[in-house]
Amino acid sequence: METETLDLPIVKKEQSEGLLSKRRRKFVTDPLNDDNPITVQVLGICSALAITLKMEPTLVMSVAVLFVIVFSNLIISFLRNLIPNRVRIIVQLAIIAALVTLVNEVLKAYYYDMYKVLSVYVGLIITNCIIMGRLEAFAMGNKAWDSVLDGFGSGFGYAWIILAVAFFRELFGFGSLFGFEIFKAVGIENFPSNGLMVTPIGAFMILGIIIWIQRTKTGYVEH
Amino acid sequence: MRQSNAYIIIFSIITTIVLGGLLSIASVGLAPRQKIQVEKDTKKSILGAVMEVKKTDDVLSIYEKRIESLVVNINGDVVETDESGNPLIAENVSIEKNFKKSPEDRLYPVFLFKGSSNEIEAYILPIYGSGLWDVIWGYIALDKDLNTIKGVVFDHKGETPGLGARIAERDVQSRFIGRKVYDSDGALVSVSLLKGEGNAVKLLDDHHVDGLAGATITARGVNNMLLNYLNHYQNYLRKISS
Repeated sequence: METETLDLPIVKKEQSEGLLSKRRRKFVTDPLNDDNPITVQVLGICSALAITLKMEPTLVMSVAVLFVIVFSNLIISFLRNLIPNRVRIIVQLAIIAALVTLVNEVLKAYYYDMYKVLSVYVGLIITNCIIMGRLEAFAMGNKAWDSVLDGFGSGFGYAWIILAVAFFRELFGFGSLFGFEIFKAVGIENFPSNGLMVTPIGAFMILGIIIWIQRTKTGYVEH
Repeated sequence: MRQSNAYIIIFSIITTIVLGGLLSIASVGLAPRQKIQVEKDTKKSILGAVMEVKKTDDVLSIYEKRIESLVVNINGDVVETDESGNPLIAENVSIEKNFKKSPEDRLYPVFLFKGSSNEIEAYILPIYGSGLWDVIWGYIALDKDLNTIKGVVFDHKGETPGLGARIAERDVQSRFIGRKVYDSDGALVSVSLLKGEGNAVKLLDDHHVDGLAGATITARGVNNMLLNYLNHYQNYLRKISS
């Protein structure tokens, strides 16, 4: 008798998933550390070395990449069932290129100083492997909201690393942050600026140190 | 169906039209603002040769008030119309395009910096040349004696950051202030950056300023640019001084 009750099918109420459920939160938090696009996947290094001389352009670059990656993820995810398989890479590229050009035009119209500083590197977001990688690996097979969260995750993962690199480069290379002279403000008048930090080699070294520290903590090993 | 050739072609065409359309709208819509930004940037660097321009300053209105411009040719004569008879505006004369012509055929804009009572305080002359990797350009401001340098600005397209790119920095440019472009006999000698940095004080005189460590070729480019353009403006400068 008792066994019969056990055989009854267990009715589980189908719950709609929360907008920020645990599974979805992982899309955002994973790329920040365990699956960081720069330090773990080692993508997007070119721009990480080139534009991290000072904080301000780095911040603008971060916002630009974030914008492009979120919106291209969203658009591709919407179109994922319409895009013919054989031309999918070209379609992805066209959408990225359109968004990047848009960013470039807006910068030129509203933030001309930064437009001059960043120059070609805004255009080179098109070739940033992080973006294309996310479209191909994620947005082509996932729903829109998930893709947007994934875009934010990768975008922030990229942003915090290049901002960290820029922090050290501007601090030691120029003795300032966002153009504000830190060392002068605290009373160190003749802080010797470090010429190495001003060159891309400095960025390489800082990035290497960040990767070292991070991989020691997460225990990630390349196979 | 989704993989058929017809579908792929139609899909590609629609994508192209939609994206192309969006970009054209953005480009046309933002063009007026971009034009103003470029204009502001040019005027800012012209003014930068004679005064400190802050980020918050209203560049366009200062420029309007203080700067008067004209265009001269290699003989120092004022040119008022271009080849097709339209009036020439100095701000619209592209130094870069003129640089590609031979010096005799170029147009040379002159910007006059005026004081509060409308007297001329400085002559600002555009300069253009080659650095190590790419072009360099700038403005040199001569005091009303047409000999003493009131200030310079340099900019560059692709000099090495931290080395040659330092020509765009204020503390390098300020080395030129107060130097003379003519020697005591009235011959043009210009002002040049020495090789290396931290040169002995006795080497620095009216015509030589301390150079840039690790940027010898960029510095040479700056020296040539200054000498060449001062030379091109010679006839004009002679005319107005007599």
